[in-house]
Amino acid sequence: MRLFKIKGGIHPDGRKELAENEKIEQMPLPTLMRIPLKQHTGAPANPIVAKGDMVKKGQVMALSRGAVSATIHAPTSGRIIAIGRFVAPHASGLPEPTITLRPDGEDEWDTLPPPLDPFETDPDTLANRIAEAGVVGLGGAAFPAAVKLNLRNRTELHTLIINAAECEPYITCDDRLMRERAEEIIDGVAIICHTIGVKKALIGVEKNKPEAIKALKKQVAKQDRYDIKVIEVPTRYPTGFAKHLVQILTGLEVPARALTAEVGVIVHNVATTFAIQQAVRFGRPLISRIVTVSGEMITRKGNFEVPIGTPISHIIEHCGGFIDEPEKLLLGGSMMGDPVSSTRAPIIKGSNGILALGRKETSQKPIMPCIRCTSCVAACPCGLMPYEMAARIKADELESAVDIGLRDCIACGSCSFVCPANIPLVQYFNYAKGSLTAKQRAAHKQEETKRLVQFHDERMEKIKKEKQAAMARMKAERAAKKRLKEHEEAAKAKTATPEEASSAPKSEKVRAEA
Amino acid sequence: MSDVQILAGPYSHSGASVSRTMGLVLLALVPSTAFGFIQFGWPSIYLFLVTVLTAILAEALCLKVAKKPVMLHIMDGSGILTGWLLAMTLPPWAPWWIGAVGSIIAITLAKQAFGGLGQNVFNPAMVARTVLLISCPIQMTQFLGPQPIFAESAPDFLGGLAITFGGHPEIDAITSASLLGTIKTELGRGEVLQQILAQSFDLRNMVIGFAPGSMGETSAILALIGGLFLLATRVISWHIPVAMIGAMCALSGLAHLLDPSHFPSPLVHLVSGTFAFAVFFIATDYVTAPGSPLGKIIFGVGVGTLTFIIRTWAAYPEGVAFAILLMNSTVPLIDTYIKPRIYGRTRKGDPIKLKEAKKGEAR
Amino acid sequence: MLAAIGALLALGLLIGGGLGLAAYYLRVEGNPIAGEIEDMLPGSNCGQCGFLGCADAANALADHKAEVTLCPPGGRDLATALADKLGVEADLSSMKDTGPMIAFVFEDLCIGCTKCSKRCPTDAIVGASKQIHGVVDDACTGCEKCADVCPTGAIAMRKESTTIQTWHWPKPELALAS
Repeated sequence: MRLFKIKGGIHPDGRKELAENEKIEQMPLPTLMRIPLKQHTGAPANPIVAKGDMVKKGQVMALSRGAVSATIHAPTSGRIIAIGRFVAPHASGLPEPTITLRPDGEDEWDTLPPPLDPFETDPDTLANRIAEAGVVGLGGAAFPAAVKLNLRNRTELHTLIINAAECEPYITCDDRLMRERAEEIIDGVAIICHTIGVKKALIGVEKNKPEAIKALKKQVAKQDRYDIKVIEVPTRYPTGFAKHLVQILTGLEVPARALTAEVGVIVHNVATTFAIQQAVRFGRPLISRIVTVSGEMITRKGNFEVPIGTPISHIIEHCGGFIDEPEKLLLGGSMMGDPVSSTRAPIIKGSNGILALGRKETSQKPIMPCIRCTSCVAACPCGLMPYEMAARIKADELESAVDIGLRDCIACGSCSFVCPANIPLVQYFNYAKGSLTAKQRAAHKQEETKRLVQFHDERMEKIKKEKQAAMARMKAERAAKKRLKEHEEAAKAKTATPEEASSAPKSEKVRAEA
Repeated sequence: MSDVQILAGPYSHSGASVSRTMGLVLLALVPSTAFGFIQFGWPSIYLFLVTVLTAILAEALCLKVAKKPVMLHIMDGSGILTGWLLAMTLPPWAPWWIGAVGSIIAITLAKQAFGGLGQNVFNPAMVARTVLLISCPIQMTQFLGPQPIFAESAPDFLGGLAITFGGHPEIDAITSASLLGTIKTELGRGEVLQQILAQSFDLRNMVIGFAPGSMGETSAILALIGGLFLLATRVISWHIPVAMIGAMCALSGLAHLLDPSHFPSPLVHLVSGTFAFAVFFIATDYVTAPGSPLGKIIFGVGVGTLTFIIRTWAAYPEGVAFAILLMNSTVPLIDTYIKPRIYGRTRKGDPIKLKEAKKGEAR
Repeated sequence: MLAAIGALLALGLLIGGGLGLAAYYLRVEGNPIAGEIEDMLPGSNCGQCGFLGCADAANALADHKAEVTLCPPGGRDLATALADKLGVEADLSSMKDTGPMIAFVFEDLCIGCTKCSKRCPTDAIVGASKQIHGVVDDACTGCEKCADVCPTGAIAMRKESTTIQTWHWPKPELALAS
């Protein structure tokens, strides 16, 4: 099959040999599990359990809320001991709403929904099942899988692409999954094809995973329901970005700011495909994932099936701790991963690896001025001019950085990787994007403030008017009362001396009229 | 600097560094330089050393004044490279102060005054060469034929010192004009090109470098070897060299076809003067060239065209330095309007239309 | 000689006259920039600048009668934006860069007098009489009016806390080798 070229790209040292031959192992349960309510793109899930509740493995703990969100299940049986804020697996190290679960060690399953025969089931039911199972994209962005599947109702789709490129250095979890669970994966591909109503599926695997390719091809040959092809793509970072993989495999370029569905293609990660198959065939929710543990500084490298919510420290301990204090401890690959702010933070649905990198692997050199060598321009897979954007951001001209494409940056890090001056280009871009969002938020708040002030002033005005009206009414009432009293008195007086009393009410009446 | 915490990724790096890049360029210059030394003997070695050392000193002084880390920037090699490139474009027997003044101009005026590494608009070596050419036209045009270092007629170690540092009274006696100078003068006298070339042009000598000229520019073939090395190590891209050579060949070829008796052929242009050297080492200077591939091509075409125009019609026989400086000044403009196409967008910057995307599907 | 003087004189008269006419007929009523500046100001009319509300302050700014640093709730960002708009240099040295501030009620000190909620221009303080008040963070503009009127000093200004949603990577403020 003809492959298409993408711009730029780099060839980092894959370092996959560290973990690629380690079989997937089950990670034992920790003593405490921390399950954040927001592990996905979109709104955080809404907890439906309370402190003190006993939950069983696979029981729903928090329901998805809104159009883009995902349901969260108990990774094992145990007691909820807290629902509060806990440090999140995020570069900031800030806390986030989290359910804390103490496993009871029984690991007892809840009653699962019945298995479905996918090809006898209508797509809506399948999509619902996948949503109920809380499946999100396991490649990193953690976009709810069912939302993607439901794009079939919005656009006409023609191809399913399974992203098995795994271009991140060190990470081998998808590679292992493909070698060991190829049958389930191909079944999953067929299920997705059926759900979104396409006949053609392309599985893009980088050439550096020959065994995985072999395993997949073997399984593909066993089925003839759909036109599934396993395609070797060149080993080059960032092949695994959805839009770029679509272009390599089909030649279609997705317009800026649009979804791949708009060119008729849906992309799912290979691990997501497996999770979808499990949800449909066995009713199993997404409560664990494969995590690669690697890097020079970790004693035992490997690939582990880790229950969601397992603290990073537990995994490090299970792997025998560090050989030496790592220079960098990362969650994710060495290109796109984030530093681990606290090892108490848990593994979540989108975490694909824990890397303990040594000094040699991350050697940081002093930052030099930009020499405009334009290697970043050559490396950028998006056709941007990273050095120019960084220069503008450095000069606090964020808007002008947007003018030359900041919003089209996918933060893949290819530019920083090749930069001979070691300029932290990605951090400049991340800073600028975040700062601009903050500015937008501030502008929005200002508008809200103006609206509130207007509302406040109007209300105050109303209250004032009401008060005035009330005062006037009271005054009028008092006057009326007085008049009535006087009237009565006058009436009394009239009976006594009519001539004498007649002048007083008159003058009172004149005053009231005035 | 080690206490600086860079938090955001990526945490892998290609290992490229500014000093490695500069080092590769210096390495690429070695053949031309070595040949220049052999060709022009001790005086050229002295001049080279004076020029490079002055450049380093000037750089160190400027960095000190600007309160920047001196050693770090000296070690990045950019100052050495500037001095080296300048030395390559000087007449090999020029007095020492030509090199010294040139280096000071290049480093202080053309580089550090703009803010140092990466900030200069104009190529420092070319600024220095141009200033020297205009201010000291005599010293800057006293070329001489090859005097191989161990030949009978060549000055020895001490004799070289006398030429570079003492001023050499008889230097006039052995100077000869460069080919481009000869052509310009003779054409001015009403001679026909074919006759001039018959007397003074020997293609083999020009290619190898047995000709009067600056230290680094005489041998086209060694410049080409250095350039190919830079291309192979991906220090430079093909865009500027190809565009520059292409433009020069196209224009001079057309002119030569129309009037062979007044316009030298492309071959003469390519092998004479600083052209071959500038194609690979000067015009490709990162700092003063555009950032996008298409921009680089425009830049290269511009330099080639201007060089041809200056060589053909202007007062100076050689125009590469002027052409590069003129095109340097257009780089910000080129960079503003010529950018690579962003993924998912048209060249204008609008999101691509879905219809266009669908066309790709049809293939 | 005479012709030259005459020509220049005529030219001068023509251009001068043209300018005079233009100034007369194309005159702009009021300062057009004032409206734009008003849009930039927070709009809570808190009065910390010493003017009667944001519109008044905008007019003063447009006439260059006030410093661009006049607005504490707007902070440094606003000051630089105003300086840009007005084409003046902003002297930020007098401004503390604390980032956006919001009010915070110390619950054990609050007596529920409702003075603060009445003063709040954006209704950001909730709580009925004799009840402890709370601040709606999203609505608070940090104008400090509430803190000024609180009889028990139960209201303090605090830096708006960062959440995962509002956090972003800091600018690489590095000891650059350049």
